[in-house]
Amino acid sequence: MLKIEDLHVEVGGKQILKGVNLHIRPGETHVLFGPNGSGKSTLLGTIMGFSRFRVTRGKIYFKGEDITSMPVYERARLGLGIAFQRPPVLRGVSMQDILKISAQGRDVRIEEWAEKLNLRSFLSRDVNAGFSGGEIKRSELLQLLAQNPELVLLDEPESGVDLENIALIGEVINYLLQKDGFRGFDCPRRELKQTRQKAGLIITHTGYILEYVAADVGHVLFDGRFSCSGFNPQELLKWIQEHGYSECARCLERRTIDGE
Amino acid sequence: MENKEKLASVASEELTGEEFEDLLRVGVDAAEKERGGTYIQKDHSVVRATILQEGIEILSIGEALQKYSWLEQYWWKAVSPGEDDPRTISGEEKGYYIRVLPGVKSIFPVQACLYIASEGLVQNVHNIVIVEEGAELDVITGCASGRHVVSGMHVGISEFYIKKNAKLNFTMIHNWAEKVAVQPRTGTVVEEGGVFLSNYVCMHPVDKLEMYPTTYLIGRGSTARYHTILIGHPNSRMDVGSRVVLRGEDSRAEILARSITMGGYIVNRGHLVGEAPGVKGHLECRGLMLAPEGVIHAIPELEARAEGVDLSHEAAVGKIAQEEIEYLMARGLSEDEATATIVRGFLNVKVMGLPAELEAEIERAIGLSDESSM
Repeated sequence: MLKIEDLHVEVGGKQILKGVNLHIRPGETHVLFGPNGSGKSTLLGTIMGFSRFRVTRGKIYFKGEDITSMPVYERARLGLGIAFQRPPVLRGVSMQDILKISAQGRDVRIEEWAEKLNLRSFLSRDVNAGFSGGEIKRSELLQLLAQNPELVLLDEPESGVDLENIALIGEVINYLLQKDGFRGFDCPRRELKQTRQKAGLIITHTGYILEYVAADVGHVLFDGRFSCSGFNPQELLKWIQEHGYSECARCLERRTIDGE
Repeated sequence: MENKEKLASVASEELTGEEFEDLLRVGVDAAEKERGGTYIQKDHSVVRATILQEGIEILSIGEALQKYSWLEQYWWKAVSPGEDDPRTISGEEKGYYIRVLPGVKSIFPVQACLYIASEGLVQNVHNIVIVEEGAELDVITGCASGRHVVSGMHVGISEFYIKKNAKLNFTMIHNWAEKVAVQPRTGTVVEEGGVFLSNYVCMHPVDKLEMYPTTYLIGRGSTARYHTILIGHPNSRMDVGSRVVLRGEDSRAEILARSITMGGYIVNRGHLVGEAPGVKGHLECRGLMLAPEGVIHAIPELEARAEGVDLSHEAAVGKIAQEEIEYLMARGLSEDEATATIVRGFLNVKVMGLPAELEAEIERAIGLSDESSM
C-alpha cells in the first residue's frame, strides 16, 4: 500500500531524513519509535506532502502510484489521512464545516460520531479555537472518521489525553483501522481481520497506545534513519524501556564500522 | 432568473428591468417581497417611496422638510456641515427620510436605494432616519451605479437618531464602478438604552471611497456595533473607519472590521472615545493580503477621557497561513477551495444576519475574488 525508498528530506535547509525505506501492506499497522528530533513527524508530514518538507532524494509510492510530488489534496483523495499534532485554528470555519469537507460528499454519521467522541457541543464551534490538547486529539479523529482514509497517519495520538479518554481514542483508532467494530457498529472481529484493508502508521513516544491498539510491525527512527526496522513492536518497546535510545547510537556506530 | 417576469412587471418608465437587477444585487428588491417599505432614487429623481407597514414613514427628504417643520431640529445635528455645505433648506433636497413611530417594530426591513444611472453624475443626498422611543427598524441601503456607468461621484450626508430604548439595524451595501468616487458622511445619535447595529459591505471596484461614520452614544446604557467588510480591488482606494464616542454612562461599543486586498489600497481605521465612567469598547481590525501589490494600513485608535473607561483593540494584518491551507488540503480540498473556505471564514458574513439573497451575493463575490487571486 505504501512504499518508501531511500527517502531524504530537508526542512529549512537542514537534512532530517537520511535514507528511509518502509513498506506497509494493506491491513498492517506499523508503529514508529524514536527520540525527539529523530525525524518521526517529518516522515509523516512528508508522506502527506506538506510543503515545508522537501524531498531531496528517494520516492514515495501509494497504492502503486508515485506520489512523491503530488499535492496534499490529491493524496488525501487517494486515501491518505493524517491526524495533526498541533493543527491551526480556523476562524469562522466550524467543526461542522470541516467534517462536511472531510466527508467529501459521502454520507457519514457525523452527529453519531461526535456524540461518541463527546464532541457534540463542539460542532458549531470554530475548528480548534480554544480546544484543549485532548479535545484536539478527539477532533482530529472525528475528522478522520468522516474522511475514512485507507492509510491512517497518527502522530502521538495518546499525548495530552487523560486516562478517561485514552481507551476511547484507542477504540476509535481500532475502528479506523478495521481492527474492531465500534460500540453500536458491531461486526465479528475475525471477519474484520480477514477482510482488513486499512493500514496505519503511528508515532508513539511512550508506547502507551499499544495497550489499546495492536500493531504488527515496529521501527525505530534514529537521527534520520531506521536503526531498527520490521521488528515486533512489543519487543522493540521493551528494549527502549530498558535501555533508552542510547543503544541505537551504539548500534548504528558498529554497523558503520562493519561497513553495513 | 425567476425574478425576470416580476422585474418586468415592476419596471416603470423610470427604471428598466436591467436597472432593477442591479438593485437586487445590493439587496434592494423592487418586487418588495418581505420588505417594510421602499425608497428608490435614480440620479436626482425619486422613483419610488412606498410604505408597506403602518407606523413607518418614508418620504424624499425635500418633501419631508416641507411637510414637517420640526424636522429642522434634526438637520445637520448629527453631522457638522462643512464650508461648502448649503445650510438653508430649499425644499429641493434629495435623499430619504425614514421614521418609525414610537413603539412600532418593523416586521420586514425597509429598503433604500441611491442609484447613479447617468455617466459622470454627481449625486448629492442628505438622509435622515429617526427611530422613535421603543421602536425598532431594519434598513437595507443599496447604493450602486448602473452597469454602463464608469465614472461619477456620490456624496451623501446621513443622520440617524435612535431614541430611548429604540433599535436600528442598518445595512449598507455599495456596488460602484471603477471610476466612481464615494464620500458619505454619517452621524448617529443614540439615546438611553438605544441600540445601533451597522453593517457595511463594499466588495466591488471603486475609484475612491472615503468614510468615517461616527456614533455618539449619549444615553446611559446605549450600544453601538459596527461590522465592516471591504474588498480592495486593483486601482481602488478605500479609506474607511468607524468611530464611536461613548458619552453615556455604561454605554458599549464594538467595532469589527475585515478587509481583504486583491491589489487595492485600504486604510482601515477605528476610533473609540470613552468619555464616561463604566463605558466599555472593543475594536477588532483584521486584514488579509491576497495579492502582493495591495496595501492594508490598519489604524486602530483608543482614546480614554474619563476614569473607569475600558477600551481594547486587536489588529492583525497578514496573508493566509500556509499551514491553514494545507490543513484543509489534507482533508481533501484543493488549494483554491481551501483558500476560499478560509476567506469565507475570515469575513464571517453569517454573523451579520443579512437576508439570504444578499448573503448569497457576497458569497458569489468571494468566489470570484478567489479566482483572480490565485
